[in-house]
Parts: sequence; C-alpha cells; structure tokens
Amino acid sequence: MLAFIIYKFILVLIVFLISLGIAAYSTYGERKIAAFLQDRMGPSKAGPYGLLQPIADGVKMFMKEEIIPDVSNKWLFILGPCIAMFTACMTGVVIPWGRPLIIGGETYALQITDINIGILYVFGVVSMGVYGIMIGGWASNNKYSLLGAIRASAQMISYEVAMGMSIIALVMTTGTISLSEIAAQQDHGMWNVIKQPLGFLIFITCAFAECNRAPFDLPECETELVGGYHTEYSSMKLGFYLFAEYINMFISSAVISTLYFGGYNMPFINELGLANNVLSILGVVFLFAKIIFFIFFFMWIRWTLPRFRYDQLMDLGWKKLIPLSIFNILLTGAIMIAKDLL
Amino acid sequence: MQLTNRSKIVSNKKMTLVEKIYLPAVLSGMSITVKHLFKKPATIDYPKKTREMAVIFRGQHVLKRDENGAERCTACGLCAVACPAEAITMTAAERKPGEEKLYREEKYAAVYEINMLRCIFCGLCEEACPKEAIFLTDKTVPSTFERDEFLYGKSILTEPLNSTVDVSKRQTKDTLEFKKDPHFAHNILFDPTKPSKKSTKH
Ligand code: SF4
Ligand code: SF4
Repeated sequence: MLAFIIYKFILVLIVFLISLGIAAYSTYGERKIAAFLQDRMGPSKAGPYGLLQPIADGVKMFMKEEIIPDVSNKWLFILGPCIAMFTACMTGVVIPWGRPLIIGGETYALQITDINIGILYVFGVVSMGVYGIMIGGWASNNKYSLLGAIRASAQMISYEVAMGMSIIALVMTTGTISLSEIAAQQDHGMWNVIKQPLGFLIFITCAFAECNRAPFDLPECETELVGGYHTEYSSMKLGFYLFAEYINMFISSAVISTLYFGGYNMPFINELGLANNVLSILGVVFLFAKIIFFIFFFMWIRWTLPRFRYDQLMDLGWKKLIPLSIFNILLTGAIMIAKDLL
Repeated sequence: MQLTNRSKIVSNKKMTLVEKIYLPAVLSGMSITVKHLFKKPATIDYPKKTREMAVIFRGQHVLKRDENGAERCTACGLCAVACPAEAITMTAAERKPGEEKLYREEKYAAVYEINMLRCIFCGLCEEACPKEAIFLTDKTVPSTFERDEFLYGKSILTEPLNSTVDVSKRQTKDTLEFKKDPHFAHNILFDPTKPSKKSTKH
C-alpha cells in the first residue's frame, strides 16, 4: 500500500513538473514561432538562443508590484487565478501517458488514476475552469474585466455543448468513456481520427475556444477589452492566468492526442516485437511528440488567423458546430447499424 | 461627387458554401504562414550586429580640420545659402594674429549651428562648400527629448582634435573634380586645396 502511494505521489509530481515545464517553454515557443512565422528572430538575449527566457519572465513576474484594487473583492480577486491554475493542473491526472510498465511482475500504470469515466472527468474539470475567469473578472470591479469574463463564460459554455456532442459520437464508436481503454483500443486498432474525422474537426475547433486561444481569443482581445478578464491583475496573479492558458493548451493537446491520435501508439510499432517496457518508454516519447506537434498547431493557428467577431463566434458555435455534431452522431449511428446489418 | 476613380464599391455579398466552411481558407492561410517558418528572418540581431550602411549614407555632419588641426571653415556662408531647409546659421569672426594654428583662413565661423530638426540630410551643404570643410558622415543623429538639444553647435560638429573622421568615401575624385568646375563661379574664387593668401571678395 505504501509503495503504491509513493509511486502515485512520484507520478503526480512528475506530471505536475512536466506540465509546468512544458507550459513555461510553450511561452518561449510561442514567441519563437510567432517570430519565425513573421520573419523575425524572437527572444535571443537570455541564454543561448534565448533559452532562459521563461526563467527571466518568471522572475520578472515575481518581482512586479502586486496590486489589488481597493474596490475589488479581495478574496475572490485572489481566488480567481488560483482556480484557473488549479483546474488547469487537475486535468492531467486521467491521461494515460504510456502503456503500463511491468517491473518484477508488478504492473505500474503510467496514469495517475484510471477512473472509468475519464472523459466526463476532463469535461467536469474544464468547465470548472470558467469559474476562475468568471470570478476573477467579476471581482476586479472593472467594466473591461467583467465584459471579458462574460464573453469567456458565454464562449466556453457554448462550445462545451458542441464539444460534448462530438465526444458522444466518439464514445459510440469506442463503447467506453475511460481514457486508458480508448488509448488501448487505438494501440491495437485504427486511430480514432480515421473513424471520426468530422468529430475531430469539431473537437479541435471547440478546444481552441475552450482554451481561449486565437482565433477565439475574444475574452482578452486587446483592441476592444484592454486585457479582458485579467485587466486588473498584475504580478504573479497575472502570471497564473497566462500560465494556466498554456497548461490548458498542453492538456488539450494531450487529450486530443489520446482521443483521436492514438495516444501513446505509433503505427506498426507493435509489429517490431520489442520488450514491453521499451515499448512503454517509446510510447511516452511518441505521446509527447504528438503533444508538442499539437501545441505547435495551436500556435500556428494563432499566428495565421485573425480573430472572430463575437457574433460570428456565437454563430459558428450554435448554428454550425452544434448541428454539425448532431449530424455526426446520426452519421456514426447510421454507419454502425449498417455495419451490423451487413 | 467623386474626386478620384480609385474608390471601390464594397461588396456585401453572401459567403458561398466553401467560404462558409472556413476550412479551405484556413488551410491556405496556414500553408502561407508555414512557408515563412523556413525563410531567413528579415531582421537582424541588432545590438550585436548592425546593418551595413551604404558608402554614401548621409548622416550627422562633421566640420573638418586640416592636416595641422586648424578648422577649415571660412564662414563663407555658401552652405547656408545652398541649404534647402535653411538649417544652417553662422556668425563670422576675423582671425587674430597668433590664431593661425586654430583657423586655417583669415575669417572663421565663431558660431556654426545646424538645426538637426530642420536638416533633411540632402548633402547640398557638403556640395556647396569650397573649403572641403563640411561633410556628412555615416553617424545617425541620436534622438533626445528636448527640441533645443537638436541645435548642434561647433562643440558637436567640429572634428575632434585627436581623431580624424574619415570622409574619404564621400570625398571621391569626382566630387573634387566637380569642385574645380569653372562653370560655378565660386569654384574659380576658391581653390579648396590651398589656403587663401588674402581674404577674397565675394
Ligand atoms: S544636409 Fe542639406 S538640409 Fe542638412 S544642413 Fe546640409 S544642406 Fe541643409
Ligand atoms: S560652405 Fe564650407 S567654408 Fe563656407 S561656411 Fe559652409 S562649411 Fe564653412
């Protein structure tokens, strides 16, 4: 029992540290990729190729003056970024990072907890994330913050519907809502993106909206709302909000990879006849390669597309994605019945 | 009423189905941006590297000294006349006995000011100068917060005594030739290569 607890504790610690590390270096990657896409050089002063930039940024954030507006609700003002950060970190626990390791006859799952309703858990936690933004924006007692928070919550709630529906179609084909089983199924068969291309498109679009990333970054669009919900925030509390966004991006990339792109699987790797433990280590590497690709994809989109207008955003969510996802469910059902009949 | 024929009628046409799906446009946009990923950056690592200036770059002026360290300018005012921006003002003074080391000619500029906010860096002052006294260099004029700091006097403009400012790139054979061209009256009156014996009439 003790060994089990220690093992899980270490795993939690590793996942937590990796989330933070990847999020920190995503900020660097974001700036570098933005620069490259715009024919610039990007941060290059701190360390070789500017590699120490995230540390410099972190130190800067800590050293900045901490301002809590007089008219704000202090407790809620502090609670906002805490919730945002907390929920961002919490999603990582259900993601299967690799196939189980077998050491000395004991299996060690490379997943912090294998709850059988993994997808529901992810949804639950993600929808709690909106409270962080909502509370922070409301407690700031600033019109821009409030408008940003309202936009954020409206956007996230609208897109959660379409996201959930795209998942329903996926659940219909897989027959399970446990993430580890979905990953294992793809390890032995086809990747889900081949079975559910439309569902994948809907899911990734909604993921952009859920992460408040461009082209759906209306909650913090500078041209209209100054900084959106974090207008009044400064110092590390602002850092928490920004950081939570990058952790969310990391986790969504992990969820997308797991749900649609085979998780830790790489095609034809099972045919090589490698030892189980080698395979699981390789699996972790593959998963991270996929995650990094999707993080890059998030940034690529951000530096390509202009921002949607708010009515266009709502239009896309309610009038296009939701009908489309319902159609996807019907289509999936029809195909499944057709398969049964043949 | 239409002043030009360049105005365009904005079309508020409904989007076609392909446009409504957004995806083709998104993909073409992404293919454009990803191409830039492999392009050489257009910017440079500035403080470490600087861009090469053209050899004839026209920047901040310098008032040259001759090989003995005496100021070449004789306050003839031709540069001020030539200046299209009217940026140059000067006050002339007569050289006292014993100041031959300081001033090359019998008359010199006691005050010589260029207003860098007016100057358009056209280089006409340099072209007009019969004494090869004023040159534009490749130095850029630094920015400041106060307007009066842009009024550059002799203390800034004159070449320092211990180090020469290289103007050989601008003082080419052709320009020297041009200055001897008898078409221009002042070229006959002044010979830039020799100090004048007595004060010339102008
Ligand atoms: S460079 Fe042109 S504008 Fe500037 S002082 Fe000389 S003549 Fe005048
Ligand atoms: S033209 Fe030359 S010599 Fe004459 S005042 Fe100007 S700088 Fe001096």
